[in-house]
Amino acid sequence: MADTTDLARQFIEAIPHARAMGLKLSRIGEGEAVITMPYNEDLIGDPRTGVIHGGAVSTILDTCCGAAVMSHPSSPGGTATIDLRIDYMRAATPGQSITAYARCYHITRNVAFVRATATDDDGDRPVATASGSFTVEGK
Amino acid sequence: MARSRPEPMQVVKQRRDAALSALVDGVPYIRFLNISFDRRGDEVTGILNFDEKLIGNPLLPAIHGGVTAAFLEVTAVITLSWEHMFADIESGRITADAIVEDNSIRFPKTIDFTVDYLRSGLPRDAYARAFVNRAGRRYASVRVEAWQDNHTKLFAQATGHFLMPQPPREKG
Repeated sequence: MADTTDLARQFIEAIPHARAMGLKLSRIGEGEAVITMPYNEDLIGDPRTGVIHGGAVSTILDTCCGAAVMSHPSSPGGTATIDLRIDYMRAATPGQSITAYARCYHITRNVAFVRATATDDDGDRPVATASGSFTVEGK
Repeated sequence: MARSRPEPMQVVKQRRDAALSALVDGVPYIRFLNISFDRRGDEVTGILNFDEKLIGNPLLPAIHGGVTAAFLEVTAVITLSWEHMFADIESGRITADAIVEDNSIRFPKTIDFTVDYLRSGLPRDAYARAFVNRAGRRYASVRVEAWQDNHTKLFAQATGHFLMPQPPREKG
């Protein structure tokens, strides 16, 4: 199991844009994934407050959802986003890293359904949530 | 009564370009993705200047879905802010310097954003244009579309809702 996680981590962290944003995969398997994005001044959306841009939060949520789909026991291989909805609850606290947790709660031969949550250090108050559908692709 | 003489073209252009730059240039994340804006009158088009670091699937290769979402959202917020402020920019009530320095000038905040991925983003520049469906006093609804080679073949589109900046509360 540890080997699969290592392989998945290498795969996710080798994505050029995931590298550019410094995404770190900390847990994956059984249709669930956890990815962390360290605070980075390049990702600021509001220069007056230092709050991370919503687009960067979308990217960590999208990546995490995709990873969750690929780790599902019924998923044969790759995936691509069909549709993703993000709800922004509040601004992420400047200086804190953002962690996304995604779970693929249903999968068919063609479509995977995923929900995800992004939080900062205050894990009880989500920064954003996502709900999406993804393709299921062969090896 | 005679109509007042129109302003010289360069004055108009300089004012509008400076205001648009003020909205865009100060945001680190817009620089990180290397998104620029092309302006024709009051109409703006977002340009996602391609770079290898935007790739999300190295095998195809294709632009990262998160980058596509971010590009659409940036274009939506900038277009909404621009249209919201345009009359004040034209009248001189809001200057380019004020957009950068005046903390009382606030910007719309995203409430939700839904992206529809239509085809994979090819490794080349992409363009986006946003349409404000409705801008009320508190909420706005915006639709955005993005394309690459052919404007009629969108690779993504999105709809988002935004909380409009509220004027400071009157003390009662």
